[in-house]
Amino acid sequence: MRLLALAYVFFLVGWPVITLVQRTFADGWSSFGQAFSDPDVTHALLVTVEISLWAVAINTVFGVGLALLLVRYEFPGKRLLSAFIDLPMSMSPVVIGLALMLVYSGRYGWFGPPLEAHGLVVIFNSPGMIMATCFVALPLVVREVVPVLEEIGDDQEQAARSLGANAVQVLRRITLPAIKWAVVYGVVLSLARSLGEFGALKIVSGNLTGQTQTAPLVVEQKYNNFAQGEAYAVSFVLVLISVLCILVVSLLRPKESRS
Amino acid sequence: MSIEIDGVNKRFGDFVALENVNVSLPTGQLTALLGPSGGGKSTLLRIIAGLERADTGTVSIEGVDATRMSPRKRNVGFVFQHYAVFKHMTVAKNVAFGLEIRTHGGLRPPWTSRRLRDRERMQARVDELLKLVHLSQFADRLPSQLSGGQRQRMALARALAVQPKVLLLDEPFGALDAKVRKELREWLRRLHDEVPVTTVFVTHDQEEAMEVADEIVVINEGRIEQVGTPDSLYDEPANEFVMGFLGEVTRLGELRLRPHDIEVGLGPDLAGSTPVDVLRVTRVGFEVRLVAGTEEGQEVSVVTTRAHARALDLEEGRRVWLTPSNGTATVPAMKSLRVG
Repeated sequence: MRLLALAYVFFLVGWPVITLVQRTFADGWSSFGQAFSDPDVTHALLVTVEISLWAVAINTVFGVGLALLLVRYEFPGKRLLSAFIDLPMSMSPVVIGLALMLVYSGRYGWFGPPLEAHGLVVIFNSPGMIMATCFVALPLVVREVVPVLEEIGDDQEQAARSLGANAVQVLRRITLPAIKWAVVYGVVLSLARSLGEFGALKIVSGNLTGQTQTAPLVVEQKYNNFAQGEAYAVSFVLVLISVLCILVVSLLRPKESRS
Repeated sequence: MSIEIDGVNKRFGDFVALENVNVSLPTGQLTALLGPSGGGKSTLLRIIAGLERADTGTVSIEGVDATRMSPRKRNVGFVFQHYAVFKHMTVAKNVAFGLEIRTHGGLRPPWTSRRLRDRERMQARVDELLKLVHLSQFADRLPSQLSGGQRQRMALARALAVQPKVLLLDEPFGALDAKVRKELREWLRRLHDEVPVTTVFVTHDQEEAMEVADEIVVINEGRIEQVGTPDSLYDEPANEFVMGFLGEVTRLGELRLRPHDIEVGLGPDLAGSTPVDVLRVTRVGFEVRLVAGTEEGQEVSVVTTRAHARALDLEEGRRVWLTPSNGTATVPAMKSLRVG
């Protein structure tokens, strides 16, 4: 049974990743040289990092807020909200991209034209890309924080309030320290998810080389243009970041269980 | 009167937690809210603390109407059954929490003399409190390194730190084992004599209430059954419920009374004595418990001392005569509205 599980993971994940790394270094560092001397590639990596950081920052704030809302308050429509938060998990990112287009596109979206009239171009621009990334990574922080909030209960928060703390002080001194590791965990997961987002961004960004093209989109383009070496090199960078994320998470895990 | 509760009602959905509760709790005393689980005593305490809001009625604390005041403005200390310690802070930080919240440094940087003075004052107060609850040597530990009793003492110090006008304890010893519970109970009584802040605590343990409290409020099914000192409640229970809740009760003829308030005689010498046959004899430590049957088939429990039982040579099958002792607490059976 153990062997079967190992074999399954190896053939599904391990082997392809190892092959990818092998291919990347097949000609030493030359494909890296090629890839990173291309300004479009470096620009794409920067765009990816920028979009991801924004999306993660926004998702962290709203994720913690939503988690608090879901756990600590009773209101009509709570279950509906909870279901909506999980929606991105079950929706294809391409569909998410299309849905955002329908609402925010400057040409035929419902919100797009009025926003563009005020100088805010959403689609084929950073705001739309950040929104798409936020959308796909939305559940990650919320679903990490909710169980921890449920577990700690609101005793400590009530105690703090009875000792004279106001809402901000309770949040800053009691709630946030208690859910700290869950938040960090959620942030790392959403970062990994955001960096690798492809489908939704492909639609929403317009895939404009040197402008709105992100790293995963570069990989596809290079691959389709038979510049496979460069595609592998950029892929390797993305894999490396994912591995780092997993490392950070696994280093954090024991701390979480100790506290 | 320190806490005035006037016409308080509280429902949770269909469940009536409190029904038209009126009570005044005296200043500077230790009051117990006593009653069975689910009777509304914790709800009343949480309404006093502002953690729960009454549907109707008013609460005033030290003459100030607190009905709509938020818990942080009421200046009450609250101690929770499960301690509610701040897990990520050391013991000293836990105790200092309320003080830090209240100390406004404003925009002054931390090295200014005013901030330094504040910090020194806080430190001194924390030291003093930790000494009071015998936790000085644990100041730098995390709560997870303390035992249950120590955590509860820390929670008490934390609540006392802000010098509350009222200290409220919700089943403070409920989660502790019997031995620690007894120790803490005595310790709470001594602490209250040292620091005489108006204290209200919730308990379902009548022994705890009788031992610790100056005054007991008996609450059942959302209503107040009786208010009084432990002695007056024990000796003059207002009804069958109070009598039954504060101690063992048995029936002798038409009377309800305590098993140790029955005198056992070998002949019908005393007026009003009832002839019974001893059915069972159990020795528990220094006392002897009898179950006796009357001619009508009623079973009566009697508690007597070991020496007395030996003198009367009590054993199963023996005929004896039972009489209520003089001046005992009795409640005529069937008189009260509710049966406990």
